[in-house]
Amino acid sequence: MDDAGHAAEGGAAGWGGVTGSAPSRDEPVWTGLPRGLLRMRRLLLVVWLVPLTVAAALVPGLLAGPGWAVFALLPLGLLLWGWPMLGRNWLSWRYAERADDLLISRGVLWREETVVPYGRMQLVEVTSGPVERHFGLAGVQLHTAAAATDARIPGLDPAEAERLRDRLTELGEARSAGL
Amino acid sequence: MNTPPGTPSALPAGNGDPARADAAGVEATGEEATGETVVEHRLHPVTPLRRAWAPVAVLIGWAVHDPDQAQRQLTRLTTTSLLLGLAVLLPAAALYGFLTWWFTHFSVTGTELRIRTGLVFRRTAHIRLERIQAVDVTRPLLARVVGVAKLKLDVIGTDKKDELAYLGEAHARALRAELLARAAGFAPETAHEVGEAPVRPLLHVPAGVLAVSILLSGATWGSLAAAVVVPPLLWLATHSLWTVLAVALPLLGAAGASSVGRFVGEYGWTVGESPDGLRIDHGLLDRAHETVPPGRVQTVRIVEPLLWRRWGSPRSSGAESGKGWVRVELDVAGSSNSVLVPVAPREMAESVIARVLPGVAVPPALIRPPRRARWCVPFWWRGYGLAVTDRVFVARHGLLRRSVALVPHAKVQSVRLAQGPWERFKGLADVHVDTGANKTVTARLRDADEAVELLHAQADRSRTGRGEARPDRWMA
Repeated sequence: MDDAGHAAEGGAAGWGGVTGSAPSRDEPVWTGLPRGLLRMRRLLLVVWLVPLTVAAALVPGLLAGPGWAVFALLPLGLLLWGWPMLGRNWLSWRYAERADDLLISRGVLWREETVVPYGRMQLVEVTSGPVERHFGLAGVQLHTAAAATDARIPGLDPAEAERLRDRLTELGEARSAGL
Repeated sequence: MNTPPGTPSALPAGNGDPARADAAGVEATGEEATGETVVEHRLHPVTPLRRAWAPVAVLIGWAVHDPDQAQRQLTRLTTTSLLLGLAVLLPAAALYGFLTWWFTHFSVTGTELRIRTGLVFRRTAHIRLERIQAVDVTRPLLARVVGVAKLKLDVIGTDKKDELAYLGEAHARALRAELLARAAGFAPETAHEVGEAPVRPLLHVPAGVLAVSILLSGATWGSLAAAVVVPPLLWLATHSLWTVLAVALPLLGAAGASSVGRFVGEYGWTVGESPDGLRIDHGLLDRAHETVPPGRVQTVRIVEPLLWRRWGSPRSSGAESGKGWVRVELDVAGSSNSVLVPVAPREMAESVIARVLPGVAVPPALIRPPRRARWCVPFWWRGYGLAVTDRVFVARHGLLRRSVALVPHAKVQSVRLAQGPWERFKGLADVHVDTGANKTVTARLRDADEAVELLHAQADRSRTGRGEARPDRWMA
């Protein structure tokens, strides 16, 4: 498993380099997500899939014969595939605060980039579930008058999330406009 | 009106013109302090009767749902028990109706419409007038007979409970004029006297044209064909009367709604223009009216069904610009009506759009996606198109039923770029533009570099576009 992790990071880093060389336009200063989010997601993956692997190996193996233990390969494969995927997904998330708008970019296969002008923000939300709190993480969600605006940044440092919230609220008030 | 010092601090920021907002706020608080100008009104006295059919409907529903049980109960029913039941039920229903009416009040203050309602569960809605997106006055058939009307303010977040039903017709008209005058920024003392703004008619849809246009739309014939073909087939297959009825009735209903229902609803469609904004009147049996103040329109869509294209005025040589009939739809946040013009010749529709979105001309030609887009969406890729002018973002989709959406830059809430794996392989991307009416306009299958360029340029345009927009209080 350690091997898989190292391999994943190597591959993911290479991929990150590729996006880093994207055409530069009034240079948004991109910020990635803290490593804690990746750690949390990988831990959740392991917590769910390792017992599942063991169960899938033991239950059919003991009841129906040793050959049936191959079912364990399914969750194991998922685990080995999910580990680097989480890394790539984590690397793909980044945001940039520009003078007048917030940029959020994410996704590996399905890429999405969102631009929200500060003046259009109706509400900024900081959320943190029990698991996230345990890992010291908090998410920031922006709402505009359009429900389709999907501007959220998951897994930030709580202090950073609060700073972002305060800054966005302040900028939103300064540039506020109706519908 | 004496104004206590320091009141302006309680005001919301960002109403465009702070000085004006302050003045209005001070007046409003002054009113509340003296408590003399806020007059509470009740709804029209026929209001309690509007739910009178509800118990009857419940009884009928129960009888239809369980006919055997209903019959058994009916035979057991004697005249005395019937009279006794009526003697209890009628006064109870009447009392309930009376009390809900008695405890519903509304009042207009300098900045708000307040609706206070509820006997047990109290509910007070304060609707801010400068946030008005549209005002609807509807008169259903029965209400027209009695001479009453419903009035509803469309504000983001209001629902069915926030409509004033019913008001006397004259009262509803006067109240609409007053609300619009106050929302426009007239001083509260003069808002009463401003009265109704003069209307200049822009367009009237003749009944004949409407009928032909409905006959020429695919939905009408599709639903009619389904209603005619499906029940006999089902009868042949099942020989069960109930199954056939259960399928045929909804199909007939849909066919009726898409033909006769549409005709009745869109009959006498009139679009007018007044200083208060756009006025839309329509309906044969139920009359509906909507006033959309200036600068409230989030999106305008020009829809061109296949069969309408060669209709109307003689067609020109340019196939792209088209001469036939079009339907124009509009999106206003919080409003349920989405039609601006049900059918009109293209030039007339474009002249109406030029009034609705001042300074906007519909671009004659849109840029198609690059040819390689055919690998992502075969054939239909030709239907997509994009144009950006200094005022609007224009995107087209549909090959047979073309739909061109225009979004003023000032109305864009956020811009998104999305790219799937296959699109990336082909170097294409989609750009979504989100508006405040919860509608998203998409420019599909653009060249990837162009899309990135468009994303950032559009974000800049929507940010700066707001500066040229008119203030919320349009007369200010």
